[in-house]
Amino acid sequence: MSEKINLTINGIPLRVDQNTTILEAAEELSIKIPTLCHHKDLCVAGNCRVCVVEEVGVKKLPAACATPVHEGMEILTNSLKVRNSRKNIIELLLSEHNADCTKCYKNGNCELQTLAAEYKIINQEFIHLPDTKCYTIDEFSPSIIKDDSRCIRCQRCVRTCAEIQGVSALTVGYKGDHMKITTFFEKPIADVVCTNCGQCVNHCPTGALIEKNYIEEVWEAIADPKMHVVVQTAPAVRIGLGEELGFEPGSRVTGKMVSALKRLGFDAVLDTDFTADLTILEEGTELLTRLKKVLVDKDPDTHLPLATSCSPGWIKYIEHMYPEYLQNLSTCKSPQQMFGALVKTYYAKERNIDPANIVSVSIMPCTAKKFEANRPEMHDSGYRDVDFVITTRELAIMIKQAGIEFTHLPEEHYDKIMGDSTGAGVIFGATGGVMEAALRTAYEIVTGREVPFENLNITPVRGMDGVREATIKIENPLPDWSFLDGAELNCAIAHGLVNAKDLMDSIKSGKKSYHFVEVMACPGGCLGGGGQPIPTSPEIRQKRMEAIYAEDMDMPLRKSHDNPEVVHLYESFLEKPNSEKAHHLLHTKYVPRQRF
Amino acid sequence: MTTSHYQLKRVDLIFKNENDWKQILSRSLKRDQTDIVNSLISSELKGRGGAGFPTGLKWKLTAEQEADTRYIICNADEGEPGTFKDREILSQVPLKVLTAMAVCGYVIGATEGFIYLRGEYKFLEKPLNNAIKEFENYCNDIGFHFSIKIFMGSGAYICGEETALMESMEGHRGEPRNKPPYPTNNGYLGKPTVVNNVETLVHTYTIFKYGAKKFKDLGVQYSRGTKLFSISGDTPIPGIYELELGMSLQDFVDEFGDGDTKAVQVGGASGFLVPRKRFAETIIGYKGKLTGISLPTGGSMMLFNSSRSMFNVLNNYLDFFQEESCGQCTPCRVGCQQLLKGIHAVKRGEKHASYLKKLIKLSETMEYTAKCGLGQSVANSFSSIVENFWEEMVF
Amino acid sequence: MNSTQSLISELVSQHGKKRTSLLPILQGVVEQEKFLTEFSMIEIAKALDLPASDVYGTASFYSFLEHKKMGQFIIRVCKTITCDMKGKNQILLAIQDMLKINIGETTPDGKFSLLQTNCLGWCHKAPAMLINDEVFTEVTPEKVREIIGTYMKRND
Ligand SMILES: Cc1cc2nc3c(=O)[nH]c(=O)nc-3n(C[C@H](O)[C@H](O)[C@H](O)COP(=O)(O)O)c2cc1C
Ligand code: SF4
Ligand code: SF4
Ligand code: SF4
Ligand code: FES
Ligand code: FES
Repeated sequence: MSEKINLTINGIPLRVDQNTTILEAAEELSIKIPTLCHHKDLCVAGNCRVCVVEEVGVKKLPAACATPVHEGMEILTNSLKVRNSRKNIIELLLSEHNADCTKCYKNGNCELQTLAAEYKIINQEFIHLPDTKCYTIDEFSPSIIKDDSRCIRCQRCVRTCAEIQGVSALTVGYKGDHMKITTFFEKPIADVVCTNCGQCVNHCPTGALIEKNYIEEVWEAIADPKMHVVVQTAPAVRIGLGEELGFEPGSRVTGKMVSALKRLGFDAVLDTDFTADLTILEEGTELLTRLKKVLVDKDPDTHLPLATSCSPGWIKYIEHMYPEYLQNLSTCKSPQQMFGALVKTYYAKERNIDPANIVSVSIMPCTAKKFEANRPEMHDSGYRDVDFVITTRELAIMIKQAGIEFTHLPEEHYDKIMGDSTGAGVIFGATGGVMEAALRTAYEIVTGREVPFENLNITPVRGMDGVREATIKIENPLPDWSFLDGAELNCAIAHGLVNAKDLMDSIKSGKKSYHFVEVMACPGGCLGGGGQPIPTSPEIRQKRMEAIYAEDMDMPLRKSHDNPEVVHLYESFLEKPNSEKAHHLLHTKYVPRQRF
Repeated sequence: MTTSHYQLKRVDLIFKNENDWKQILSRSLKRDQTDIVNSLISSELKGRGGAGFPTGLKWKLTAEQEADTRYIICNADEGEPGTFKDREILSQVPLKVLTAMAVCGYVIGATEGFIYLRGEYKFLEKPLNNAIKEFENYCNDIGFHFSIKIFMGSGAYICGEETALMESMEGHRGEPRNKPPYPTNNGYLGKPTVVNNVETLVHTYTIFKYGAKKFKDLGVQYSRGTKLFSISGDTPIPGIYELELGMSLQDFVDEFGDGDTKAVQVGGASGFLVPRKRFAETIIGYKGKLTGISLPTGGSMMLFNSSRSMFNVLNNYLDFFQEESCGQCTPCRVGCQQLLKGIHAVKRGEKHASYLKKLIKLSETMEYTAKCGLGQSVANSFSSIVENFWEEMVF
Repeated sequence: MNSTQSLISELVSQHGKKRTSLLPILQGVVEQEKFLTEFSMIEIAKALDLPASDVYGTASFYSFLEHKKMGQFIIRVCKTITCDMKGKNQILLAIQDMLKINIGETTPDGKFSLLQTNCLGWCHKAPAMLINDEVFTEVTPEKVREIIGTYMKRND
């Protein structure tokens, strides 16, 4: 085992592993050292310098996040020298920052603001540098706004985009006083390889990167008496929203959320989980059809593996980076867009409402969904299928604005028509969930029996490993599917686009061959989406994941094909999975994009 | 023309006699590696790039690391304002530098060496490459496998900082790394690496040739040997001079000043400004138990006479730092801008003179907290100029 | 393949496709073309399999890797302390007067660009300046007019 190191922090002795940083050692003693550029999801940068501490006998102050402990070290985290230096550094950051906090979207949720408040940086005498620079705000993307005047150059976004997503849409440019966060040739984010995943937004400590918000637009729609405003909520919102409103990470607040949405004034509160179930029937059928075409008909124009298509960040990524694999993507729209297309057709018909008077709003854990709803293809209902997409965070803001005491709310149920769902729908919110839901259904279609896992929990596809593989063996199928007898279905799951890159490269090089792959753009799947509550960390995502699976276990129905409203939808409207009508409303096409 | 009572001792070791490099190389390759390291250690040679780290120890630490590959890099980025001696070494005695690199390679177990040459010295690339060809041919002849490549810089002072230099060679922005780990165990491409200044390497050559004792006999305690000085500014005889370490600044000014020297900047923009009243007590050498103040230097000595405005001098330095900071860490990136804008605000009367005190405190914070030597040493010139020439800053 | 593409593929075969070749390749393009364009950076990114933003972020760090349009002859006058003391302003004025451009600008014929730079390592012979890679020291307004005059006549 590795060697142990003895040191003291503020006079308290402790023993830690070699290679522990001062910051980690202090954490063991519950001593908090302030940080800005440090993030548990990312590599160490050591550039903001607010975490400096004093090592007794050494003149320079080491950065706690970037300095490993050594034998006999005596650390002071709160000496006069440390406090003065730290205050000086925070004051410097404020002098470079457009700190008109009352005009900032992140007011109240900004790490720089919190530090300034903690250290009471009242006398800010330094010269206000933003006045001397020409900063720009990039608002061209439908998902993300970048405001350089609020950037503290911690590079968290750049590391996020490179290390978690493998996209590197963002970079650090120039040096010295001109150093800034930028893109290739300083183009708008909308014009580069950005996937709109929002992970950079989730990891930015300040208001420099924020989601483009549509809160006012939604309030206006609600206030318009002519309009019938329908809202759908994605699976991962119900296990994240609580964090913004007084609950611990991992709290399930489904009933309270529905109740809050009703009080906000939405005319119908429906569930994206419903179209998640629907997706399974469409995509499961597509998978089986493709298997048949490849294995039996030997059709050269049909491609395997089939790749899931519910993560719009992943879609834009593959359009940029692997356009040659677009035929492998399932043609299914994401649950959000299926929902949108049905709201202004099927739902409107059932409720007898003119679709022109329907406003469809979705609450998503995701910023890429804003871009997706904006894609020109997404008008199959004859209208824009989804009018406004707001994130979990924006919903929390609306709930606070409305003066709703969230913790005291009763639990309520979703409305009818596209409000029913199964456990298979809710697990879409976790990495591996779409795969598991699809297997629960496809296996049963093929064999007539339930998947052979205890409680239907297909544990091999679960977890937080970046890329996971599972093989499902098919035995004794129903006569229609006899060609699959003894077949081993090879599946793979990736989350976080840097892992998707690994997966795609292993497919591209021929090292691996799969039948079915699930990719989610964000770490942990949608539960770690770019629109989820800030902060995020591996521990927080783990708790959210446990909540998702607990939600699944508590559902009376656990398999998508058992969803009664889905069954009714096919009987009364779509006929059968992959029918012509289903194709028109629920499926889509993709566009190759430039990688560079 | 000088009124000197003491003649500075000029030495001629660096620029003379380069036609014996073949003997020195083959002789050194026959010696035991530890023997070479020990003689370097006993010579007490310290790095001439500015930081003054003992060279023998650096080689030893690198040699001791377990690794399949190691590198030796000659730092020829010479970006410190007022420094130009490495250029002269590389144009006059390149083969001494190459020999020293090869011996270092032999000692630490490196078969590849690099010269990081600043873009401003592009004109040296061709002659240096010719020297390298000649040198590699000889190595081949004697069956010693060692290759040297030139890596060109592209106009970034910070790339002289050794970890920024390696980032730059690896194809990245020249942003200094966190230390530890130090290059001796985690350097270029993650391998143990010796980074030495051009002049340091030539001194090792002197030591290989004449032995440690001859080198150590020169200079004073803690500051052994000679040093190349790049002398510029208000002096009738600007140029490059090899002098023994340990001289007093007064003697230096007596010999090189124009009779009206008001202050000397020792060590370039990141060094200290010494006003006339301190000349006598200031000794040029590395920190140690010398009497008076001891100032290390990469060799830059800039003289200013009474016609010069110290405000302009400081303004020029700060402008340099604000531009040449890599920009990654807060104290340096924002600090440099604040210092520069701050002295102008005081000069224009927009801020009270007492604001200079706040700026001195700020420069101290930069010294304690900046990530690398650039940000850490801005305080040197800032506080020494502001404290000694307060009036010039305000009026 | 246009000339930039063949230049880049030549540089790539000379230096290799590892990231360590990025600076030498960028330098090679700048040497030939004086500045980097979106096109050349994208070609380099493709060749080395790097994100384009990385190429841009790295290039923009280095003062000599220009990515704005530059003239055939880039004049860089040293603005650091010794050259400043020894009259670099007069040199700049003389050049500006002669070429009718300001600092940071390029002559309309695309022949000259005028920039300032930091210490060139010739302080003992200040003021100093570079035209492309060539060094000029102890320049005076008269000398600089003469130097630029010769460059004006050059047709390479
Ligand atoms: C901002 C900065 C710039 C530096 N520039 C140079 C340089 O141009 N040449 C050099 O040899 N060392 C330079 N150094 C010092 C190097 O980091 C390193 O200490 C030196 O190359 C080691 O060689 P030595 O031990 O032989 O002196 C610089 C350091 C800093 C912090
Ligand atoms: S949204 Fe995602 S892909 Fe776009 S810049 Fe941010 S992290 Fe990178
Ligand atoms: S945009 Fe945000 S995350 Fe990126 S460097 Fe600026 S403050 Fe940090
Ligand atoms: S001190 Fe300056 S040059 Fe050094 S790392 Fe910090 S910003 Fe970069
Ligand atoms: S948190 Fe340690 S330097 Fe930023
Ligand atoms: S100051 Fe101009 S060359 Fe050094």
